[in-house]
Amino acid sequence: MAVHLQNEIEKLKKQIVLLAGTVEKKVADAVKSIDRHDSQLAQQIKDSDQFIDQAEVEVEEECLKILALHQPVAMDLRFIVAVLKINSDLERIGDEAVNIAGRSLNINAYPRIEIAFDLNTLTRNVMSMLQRSLDALVNMDATLAHAVLASDDEIDDTVQVLFQQVKDEIRRQPEKIDYLIEYMRINRHLERIADHATNIAEDIVYMIEGKIVRHNYEK
Amino acid sequence: MSAGETIIETRKLDLFYGDFRALIDVNLKIPQRQVTALIGPSGCGKSTLLRVFNRMNDLIDGVRVGGQVLIGSEDIFAPGADLLALREKVGMVFQRPNPFPLSVHENIVFGLEIHRLARRDDADEIVERSLRAVLLWDDLKDKLHQSALKLSLEQQQRLCIARLLPLKPQILLLDEPCSTLDPIATAHIEELMQELKREYTIVIVTHNMQQAARASDYTGFLYLGKLVEFAATPRIFTNPGQKLTENYISGRFG
Repeated sequence: MAVHLQNEIEKLKKQIVLLAGTVEKKVADAVKSIDRHDSQLAQQIKDSDQFIDQAEVEVEEECLKILALHQPVAMDLRFIVAVLKINSDLERIGDEAVNIAGRSLNINAYPRIEIAFDLNTLTRNVMSMLQRSLDALVNMDATLAHAVLASDDEIDDTVQVLFQQVKDEIRRQPEKIDYLIEYMRINRHLERIADHATNIAEDIVYMIEGKIVRHNYEK
Repeated sequence: MSAGETIIETRKLDLFYGDFRALIDVNLKIPQRQVTALIGPSGCGKSTLLRVFNRMNDLIDGVRVGGQVLIGSEDIFAPGADLLALREKVGMVFQRPNPFPLSVHENIVFGLEIHRLARRDDADEIVERSLRAVLLWDDLKDKLHQSALKLSLEQQQRLCIARLLPLKPQILLLDEPCSTLDPIATAHIEELMQELKREYTIVIVTHNMQQAARASDYTGFLYLGKLVEFAATPRIFTNPGQKLTENYISGRFG
């Protein structure tokens, strides 16, 4: 019976890792589509959301099946609960990637203008955070998950800086507000992706250590 | 004493069957009016430990006990300890329902007659109260003088619990009480335990980990004669403190 459960858990782990990989690629592509002004890529991202939605449903069904049929306990139970939650964070990250792709299409509809701010630092940091939280998932690495949690404040700072820069830019070129506001929204989408990556890291800590680190009021 | 206070305490408890050390340095505090489950693979010592609490092991040749077992504040292995009084206070139910081949009524008053050595004039009332406590009264009130052996297995097991109650025990020891019952009867006995724990301290040995998870407040995990871990049941089944416990309850060995 135990071996049977372990097989199911291994299968589920493969499923969630595959979903994580797909989502990560999607975010990377979305960011790329802005950087390269690539409307075709952006459109592809928008059109391919169904795969992630489908995969999310399959992971959830698998979790429910294991809970019902095997009644896992302890580490196994925490694994299933964490996967359920990570699954929904991944799906939301996928949605944010689609949102970014939408912004990308909007931006590309305007003539390009020179801007005095840098989106790359934020995208790089968010991508790194997402990658590390997914690596922590693949390798069941609580230490790495803790490191991800520690880097969330840094992201928040970067978000604030960019927010201010876009605001300044809008003051300088108020006639470009429709264009510039898209960056404001991208900023917000990236921040949300970082928040979901934080959730994932928290769930990994819970899964491995059994500690709920979600509401750290001591900060 | 109120619910949750320690009612049974073992201190450095060892138990030997001849040369075999079946319990090794067990230190345990069982809380009053709660359900405590003892789990562990076959031969881990859980039934032996259960039987220590009313000195059932005394019946086996070559048993030797070291350390202390306190019930309330009494050391039950102290020289001159009153064995009859202990077994009044600590009742036991076994794996297989074992009603006496007598009527339902006689099964319930039997213990009283043995212990008090006299027929009670309030016997009928005691029978009713005992059967009500195990939720059998409505089913059996018209069958009190039928043989107990004609009852269903679940009813027999309930009767075995009911017949302990006239002696006003504080502690009920249940040794795999559901292992011969079907899942529905098992659920009924588990519900009954929740009723009974308002008045009695219940210690249950079970092979069925889901049963320990469902029906107990505290769980002790024994392995090779040692108490590996003792904690609140939700803790044991979500995030046990010991790797060994984790491996056992998640079916990785045993």
